[in-house]
Amino acid sequence: MRAESVARALLVLATSTPALVLGVRACERQRSPPVVEVRGRMVNEGGWEPGEIVIGVDQPLRLALVSDDVVHGFGIGKTAVEAVDMYPGVPRNLTLTFDRPGIYTYYCTRWCGVNHWRMRGTIVVRGPGENATADEAEPPHVALDLDLDAPHPAAAVPSATPDAGRGRHLGAALSPDYRDAGMLRTTPPAVVWGRLRADPDHRHRTDQDLWNLVAAQWIAGTTDRVRWEGEQLYAANCAACHGEGGDGRGVMARALAASLPPSADHERARPAAFTDAQVMLGASSALLAGKILRGGMGTGMPNWGAILTDEQVWALVDYLWTFQFGRVGRASAGPLEGHRVSGE
Amino acid sequence: MSEPDVLRVPWVHRLVRSRWPQLLVTLVLLAGFLVAIVAGFAGSPVGNRNFAIVGVWIAWWAVLMLVAVPLLGRGWCGVCPLGAPADWIQRGAILTPGPRALGLGRRWPAQLRNLWLQNAGFLTLAIASAAILTRPRLTALVLLALLAAALIVSFVFERRAFCRHLCPVGGFIGLYAQLAPIELRVRDKRRCAAHRDKTCYTGCAAGSGCPWGVYPGALDRNAACGMCFECVRTCPYDNVAIRWRGLRNDLVTAPGHRLDEAFKAFIMLGSALVYTAVFLGPWGDLKAAALGVGSRAWVAYAGVVIAFLVGVLPGAFFLAGELGRRFSHSPLTPRRTFASHAAALVPLGLAAWVAFTLSLLLVNGSYALVVASDPFGWGWNLLGTRNAGWTPALTGALPILQAVVLIIGLGATALAAMRIARGTAGATAGRQAAPVVLFAFVVTVAMLRLLVG
Repeated sequence: MRAESVARALLVLATSTPALVLGVRACERQRSPPVVEVRGRMVNEGGWEPGEIVIGVDQPLRLALVSDDVVHGFGIGKTAVEAVDMYPGVPRNLTLTFDRPGIYTYYCTRWCGVNHWRMRGTIVVRGPGENATADEAEPPHVALDLDLDAPHPAAAVPSATPDAGRGRHLGAALSPDYRDAGMLRTTPPAVVWGRLRADPDHRHRTDQDLWNLVAAQWIAGTTDRVRWEGEQLYAANCAACHGEGGDGRGVMARALAASLPPSADHERARPAAFTDAQVMLGASSALLAGKILRGGMGTGMPNWGAILTDEQVWALVDYLWTFQFGRVGRASAGPLEGHRVSGE
Repeated sequence: MSEPDVLRVPWVHRLVRSRWPQLLVTLVLLAGFLVAIVAGFAGSPVGNRNFAIVGVWIAWWAVLMLVAVPLLGRGWCGVCPLGAPADWIQRGAILTPGPRALGLGRRWPAQLRNLWLQNAGFLTLAIASAAILTRPRLTALVLLALLAAALIVSFVFERRAFCRHLCPVGGFIGLYAQLAPIELRVRDKRRCAAHRDKTCYTGCAAGSGCPWGVYPGALDRNAACGMCFECVRTCPYDNVAIRWRGLRNDLVTAPGHRLDEAFKAFIMLGSALVYTAVFLGPWGDLKAAALGVGSRAWVAYAGVVIAFLVGVLPGAFFLAGELGRRFSHSPLTPRRTFASHAAALVPLGLAAWVAFTLSLLLVNGSYALVVASDPFGWGWNLLGTRNAGWTPALTGALPILQAVVLIIGLGATALAAMRIARGTAGATAGRQAAPVVLFAFVVTVAMLRLLVG
């Protein structure tokens, strides 16, 4: 009888194991400092969990990042915090301290699936001045009242890829009106070319030389460092759909089309081809920046306004022009600065 | 020279008669089983970081298919935490029988006393296996469902009805246990015949009647003996032996003549091919279809798999058997030829599973180190091995090992086919066996192509 009692006690012990495990887990959670567990899943499986985190200014935010399926990356828009790769099931700890209030967007930095771009969440940082109007400038497409969705075909396109180097030599005689930075951002290249074509001072030039002049102005308006930054941003965020070569045939393009509902405008939802002169040369830099900032409503194009700083958006736009006006060399340069957030 | 009887060794005899070693192992496994369910529901959904997947489908499966089944036959069933509760319920006690059994003790329906339900259960799991084997929550659901079914069936029906007629694992363990190098048999059948009480079957104060419903005095193959050792405890004449029989097996002495057993052999052999193609093959669309349980692609996949396992494969074998039957002028009917010769495929089936499991273990075994430290993916580091990387082992030797195992399996199948044919076709056995061996050869080549390329 005694042996049977011992056996029964052992059986109770064995069957209590789940309760024991869950009890230890509960105690562990109570004792450890508050940690926000952020779980990453592909968008179709739920995306980020939680989708919103609230913290105070200068309060350390301890994050435990775990991917539940594939490799994700945890990045925070408009900050200089380095993105953290999240391997399936491997917890990564990250502590952040925000020095000013605001709403920060965290997003996946790895191509985790067709709707990777929709994998976003927000960190709401509360503190003095949180309700003050943001001092950010009005986006140019808003200031210029541009219709981002209207077709913008170029009235003229070059017969060959413009040569910015040749255009630079020809440009010595160009009047300052054609060099104005503000004008170059708000005017499509085809329009500038049309003005040059109509300008008696340039009557003697060939059409192609005028395109070379236009290309030189667009390239001169930026630097290698900025274009390098734009290239990095493009590779990380855009190439999946728009293609590494800018032809709109990225690895995700087909899957993106398949993921859209049958009722969607599939033609419009197709990733833009930056190599298409008809489309690109009819757009201004301000229009391209606006599309990046706002995203394409009803298409797979996400809005990047919550993630990229103004400098990053312009760097990206400058890089997009290289698909029309020639690739540029890579200069060694660091990333552009974002808001100050310390992370470890 | 007679085969050694390990129960003649006094300390082994004491170990087997005592219930404690068996009980302690069962309780540890029961705790592990319950932890796997908790891990599946509350742990990381990432399979290779969760004990439900790594503990069950890598560690347990490897131990089962590489050690327990090939060496001990139904040895696993003797300590299985799913089966043991049946004994405890029906004994009304954990050790020796108590004053009152707890279960209803009904007899299992006669029309279900076969392997068809087990075959259907295994098929059901097989078509969903890609999802079950990779998603902890699904694995936990399956384990919970098996536990619930085992408890309910054990409460309602007598003996190990769940183990014998429902458990999808028990079904194939029984099939392959026929090849095990050990066997439990009686020493002197005449003594059993003379024993009026037959306590090994009816039970006594020392222990239960055979939980598996087998009369040891007539036992001539391992398939239905659950290695629970109750007969060792209840035999008043110490007439039970556990013999080391080496390469001798049950396929020749008692070839299967039942269709349910024949189909079990085909389902297992074909499943090894399917699992290898899905888990180790390079076909992304196939994997996606197998994983997408409920999707249209999965329905098509499931249909093809079922058709292959219970249609194409047995159909091709039937034709091979029929060809042999006509060549050899065997007196057997086509159906009996099919059923009896299917037993010859048992060694090849086991070899195919061993080869598949070698891939599973050597390629993914290192996850066991990670999960041993962090069973739930909660960031624990119990043994300091949480960050052990994924380290495939012996990958250079793996294809050679698998090829050797499969060739041994093919050889054993060819031998078994010849011996079975000798019993049915006599002098023309070679003609009867040749198409069957050719069938096994084609399956072996297919498996080799999938594994080795």
